[in-house]
Order: sequence, then structure tokens, then C-alpha cells
Amino acid sequence: MTRELKFSEALLEAQDQCMAADPAVYIMGLGVPDPTGIFGTTLGLQEKYGVNRVFDMPLAENAMTGVAIGSALVGMRPVMTHQRVDFATVAMEQIINQAAKWHYMFDGQVNVPLVIRMIIGRGWGQGPQHSQSLQAMFAHVPGLKVVMPTTAYDAKGLLISAIEDNNPVVMLEHRWLYGITDKVPEEFYRVPLGKAHIMREGTDVTIVGLSYMSLESLRAAELLAERGINAEVLDLRSLRPLDEDAILTSVRKTGNLVMADTAHKMFGASAEILALATEKAFDALKSPPRRVTLPDHPAPTSPALADDFYPRAGHIAAEVLRQLGRDVDDALFLPPEGRHHDQPDSSFKGPF
Amino acid sequence: MSNLSKDTKLTLYRGMLYIRTVEERIAELYPEQEIRCPVHLCIGQEAAEVGSGMALERSDYAFSGHRSHGHYLAKGGDLKSMMAEIYGKSTGCAGGKGGSMHLIDLDAGFMGAVPIVGSTIPIGVGTAFGSRLKGEDRVTMIYFGDGATETGVFHESLNFAALHKLSVVFLCENNLYSVYSPMNVRQPAGRTIADLAAAHGIENHAADGNDVETVYSLSKAAVDTARRGTGPVFLEFSTYRWREHCGPDFDNHVGYRSEEEFKEWQKKDPLTRYRELLIAEGTATENELAALAAELLVEVNAAVQFAQSSEFPAPVGAEQRVYAS
Ligand SMILES: Cc1ncc(C[n+]2csc(CCOP(=O)(O)OP(=O)(O)O)c2C)c(N)n1
Ligand SMILES: [Mg+2]
Repeated sequence: MTRELKFSEALLEAQDQCMAADPAVYIMGLGVPDPTGIFGTTLGLQEKYGVNRVFDMPLAENAMTGVAIGSALVGMRPVMTHQRVDFATVAMEQIINQAAKWHYMFDGQVNVPLVIRMIIGRGWGQGPQHSQSLQAMFAHVPGLKVVMPTTAYDAKGLLISAIEDNNPVVMLEHRWLYGITDKVPEEFYRVPLGKAHIMREGTDVTIVGLSYMSLESLRAAELLAERGINAEVLDLRSLRPLDEDAILTSVRKTGNLVMADTAHKMFGASAEILALATEKAFDALKSPPRRVTLPDHPAPTSPALADDFYPRAGHIAAEVLRQLGRDVDDALFLPPEGRHHDQPDSSFKGPF
Repeated sequence: MSNLSKDTKLTLYRGMLYIRTVEERIAELYPEQEIRCPVHLCIGQEAAEVGSGMALERSDYAFSGHRSHGHYLAKGGDLKSMMAEIYGKSTGCAGGKGGSMHLIDLDAGFMGAVPIVGSTIPIGVGTAFGSRLKGEDRVTMIYFGDGATETGVFHESLNFAALHKLSVVFLCENNLYSVYSPMNVRQPAGRTIADLAAAHGIENHAADGNDVETVYSLSKAAVDTARRGTGPVFLEFSTYRWREHCGPDFDNHVGYRSEEEFKEWQKKDPLTRYRELLIAEGTATENELAALAAELLVEVNAAVQFAQSSEFPAPVGAEQRVYAS
């Protein structure tokens, strides 16, 4: 049966079904059993599966990542959650040197089936240390897999695939996606890691989106349609493995590429996607590829400073128009009606 | 005279001599430049390693860091695979991907060693946590040096192990140095390493790490306690590394420690001490121990021969096993 679920509910259902299916799966993270249950994604799981399988942890992200790795070496399948990506930076040692390497450096004798969920914050004054999009840092490291679901359907299917995978998987969840709803089957199903998804077919330009920016890309496609441009929107879903085929096929079809990332520009995922297109589909490109990213400074806190920090659909559409040599009209940059720049929708009341 | 059996005593002695023989051979061979990876020899520290390793069951787990040859061998790790790994051969315990600083022998319960100081401490706590979740009574022993006790994960790991009363034995070999840095530039005077464990509410003992019987009896008691699941135990053994931090040579002349200090510690050589004791108390004769030394040298040479004559891994191996299937 398929019903409408929120992104957060889909994540909850994925974990619930994985825990029911496999006693080796356990969940830990700061605040996992809290009354708010990581924005609803772990609600009720401790009651259902007990304190040995769903639990809070000491405020020690690095060592606790090591604990998760050690338990994975002996057959457990830990799912670790960080309420912000930024908090996981203190665990980089264990993630990069250890989780990503144990299978390789011991020549395949051990596996680290570990999922690390991390939430990208945005808006409502999250500021410099609660809203970073560090996907490129993780995706740079061989041995890790990195996924970023956009829809509730993919959130469930990708998390199930991640939990079943025998490698460390970093799953980056954008806070502004939690309330987005989608048709989600009740059954246990998988969305494969490393497969992009065409959200909208088009012929004139390929917009590659990542996470929340895929939604903005879809809105951009509507703005472009009003201006007679038929954009294809490719939701990347995974950075590692990267679905090169899907990107190149679309670029060969449209000849134009714009990438919309949730992160900064320099050395980011967008640089990789553009490099891929120029290295492997140069002949098909009709224009220099472009990208829409965050400005090259940390996220400020005050609404007065943060107003222009996040590019929206209009900015993506404008980039496409410039790319195609078309005029860019001011209407594109108006804030969307009924929506503040620092709230995904009116149901969001802060503080997180 | 201790109440250990003759067998146990001889096994302790044999274990130490075995490691000493291996390490001396590596030191001799290193200048040939066929061993092309860093080696951190543990000569001088064998008592702490053998006394603790022998206190474990084969099914128990052990982890170590950069200076891991002794821990691997004391846990029963295969010597030929270790030698081949150090020589970068396909028959090595990590297929040539790791070298001296990345030893592993899952059959022996030696779960892995890595050279990022402190990093296996939480991972070892993690296998103990896994054992707890699975309802097993295995003990995990985690080896590290005095330097590792300054890391953040050390404290985070002790806290978590204490919180869940995990079956862990934390084993610190305090050899007074972290590379060239002495204790007094790293840790406050008047506070011992064992005190750190006490602060985390963990049962702890500090003792002479060059006295193999003391190490053995303390380790056995610690392993028993840990196995009961009543909480982890922390052991600090004072000892001394004889050779340079990394490599085959002596380095007392370079200026960070004195020849006198080294000579003082050489007098406390765990092997000489134990050999003299075993002979004095009549547990073994000079001839028996000499025969043992000869026998071990043959075994070690066979392992070296195995390593040297093994094939290098095919270059394509470098790109394989990045991901598990
Ligand atoms: C995180 C980290 N920092 C620095 C180093 C470099 N390093 C390698 S061994 C070592 C000294 C460690 O001292 P200790 O823990 O006392 O072990 P010992 O060498 O004395 O056996 C250092 C600083 C490292 N490998 N990892
Ligand atoms: Mg030391």
C-alpha cells in the first residue's frame, strides 16, 4: 500500500523495518530517544526495540564512531545519527582514517557496515556551525559511500539500502526536506545507492540538483518553462558512487549543464560534476557549464545578513537564462510568496 | 617462588624470547632495505606484552597501535603472515596493503592495529560493546602507550566503557616517551596515568611492566573481572623501549634521553631477569634455555625465509577491495 508520508516519517519507517528485519541493526546518537526523536525520525523506536537497540550516547562523537565501527567489525549494523553535520566533524578521524579504511587496509578481511546519518541545518539563525553542507569532504574519501535523498520515497529506500550495505555510508539529510511529503509504499523496498533520478524530463538544459537544491531546481524548471525553456532535472541522490552515466546521458541530450549544490563552490561536488561533463562529454556541450552554490563565506546568523546566502529557484533559472544568452528578469529574484527566506514553509516555527 | 606452574613459566619465558628474537632479526635485516615500511620495535617491552597476551583466551579480542608486533605475537598471531606483511608480500596478513603498522589475525582474535595514535581504543571498546549486544562473554584487550592517554578518544572511550561496564582491559605500556617527547612536557607531575582511569571510575593497577609474572597475574585477574561484566579494568605497566622510536637502531646519542637512563633500564631487562630467576629457582637449566633460543631462531628464520621468498601482490590489487560487496 502506498500513502503520503513526510520525509521524516519515511526515515522512521525505514529504520523501523530494518530493525524488525535484522536484530543486528541498532541506533545510537545524541537525542535519539528524546521526546522529539531527531525531528521525528526515531520516535517510538526505543519503546518498540528497547534500550539495548535504540539509545542515547555520551557527547563523544569521535569515540562513539569508533565504538560503532568496532561493533560493526563483529557483526552489528549500527546506525548513528548526528543532529547536525557540523557535529560529525569531531569524528572525522574515525570516519576517514578508520571506517573508510578497515576493509581496504586489511585486504577485505573485515567489513564496516555502518550508517552515519547527518542533518544539514538551514535558516532560523542556524549560523556558521549548525548549517554546513560538507558532502564533498566525505565524498572525497574512497571507502565511504555518500547519499543525499531529496524525496520521502528515496529517503526510505536509500536508508534501507544504506543499512543493508556492507560499507560505511554517510547519509546527509537536509533539514528543510523533513516536512516534504511524497507517496511512500508501506512495503520494505530499496533505492539503489549510486543511482541518480530524473525528476523532470527536458531537452534544453540539464539541471543537476543535490538534496534540497533538487527541489529548487524543479521550481526553476517551472520558471524556465514559463519562459519557453524545457529543463531536465536530475536529482543526484548519491555522490559516491556517482552515477556518471545518468549525468553524461542527460548532458549529451541537452548540451547544457547547470549544477545546483547545497554547498560552497570551490572544490565542491559541483566542481566534480562540471569536471566530469567537460572531461567526458566536452563535444556535446553547447555552452560552458555553470553552477549555483553558496557564496564563499560561512553562513551568517542574523536574518539581515543571511537573506541572500541561499540561492533559490530564481537564481538557478537565471543561471540557465544567462547560459542560453537570454535576458534575466528581476521577477526571478523575488522571494517566493508566503515564505520567509529562513523557513521552508509556514509550518516551521523554529528554533531548529 | 611464585605458584605458577612450570609450564606457565616456561611459556611466559618462551613468549618473550620469541618476540625478542623476531624483533632482533627485523633489526638485523632492516639495513638490507627489503623491509620498506616503518617498523616500531618493542624490544625491552616483551614482559608487558606476553604477560597480558597469555592471560587472554584465543577467542578474546585484542587491538593495538603502531608498536604492535609483540601484541600480535603474544595473542597468537601467525608469524609467517606478519613477516610477509612487513616485507609487503601477497602472503602477508593484510595482503601487503598494511605493512608493519597494520597487523591483523582474525583467527587469533587479533582484530587489528593502526598507527593513528589512540584510534583503536574506541574501536576495541566497540567490539566489547558488540560482544555485550550479542550476549557473548569475550574480553577485548586494548594496547596503547603513554602518549595515547593524552588523546581525546582515550577519555571518551574510558567513559563509555565504564558507563556500560564493558568487558575491556585497557593496557597501557608506559615507556616514558612519545617519540622524543618525555612525560614532563606532556603530562602534569604528580598525576599518574592510572589516576586517569580512577577518575573515570575504572578499577586500575600500576605495576612493574618488566616483571612478567606480575604482569601475568594482574592481567589474568583483570581479564577475569572484565569477563564477569562488572566493569572494565585499566592496567598501567612501566617499561622502556630500547631502540629508536621507529627503526632498527639505538638512538641514545641524539639527545632526548641519556645513555645512563638506558643502561638503568637494560639492567631491568625482562628476559635476563626472568632467565636468571628460572635458573635460580630450578625451573629450567641454562642448557634448556639455550636450546629454546636456538629452536626459536630456527622458527623465526623460517618465517623470514617464507616472507622473502613469497611473491609480491599483483599491482592490480591496489585498486581492489576498496568496498565490500
Ligand atoms: C594522532 C597521531 N598523532 C601523532 C602521531 C605520530 N606518532 C606516532 S607514534 C607516536 C608516539 C606515541 O607514543 P606512545 O603512545 O607513548 O607509544 P610508544 O611509541 O611509546 O609505544 C606519535 C606521536 C600519530 N601516529 N598519530
Ligand atoms: Mg610511549
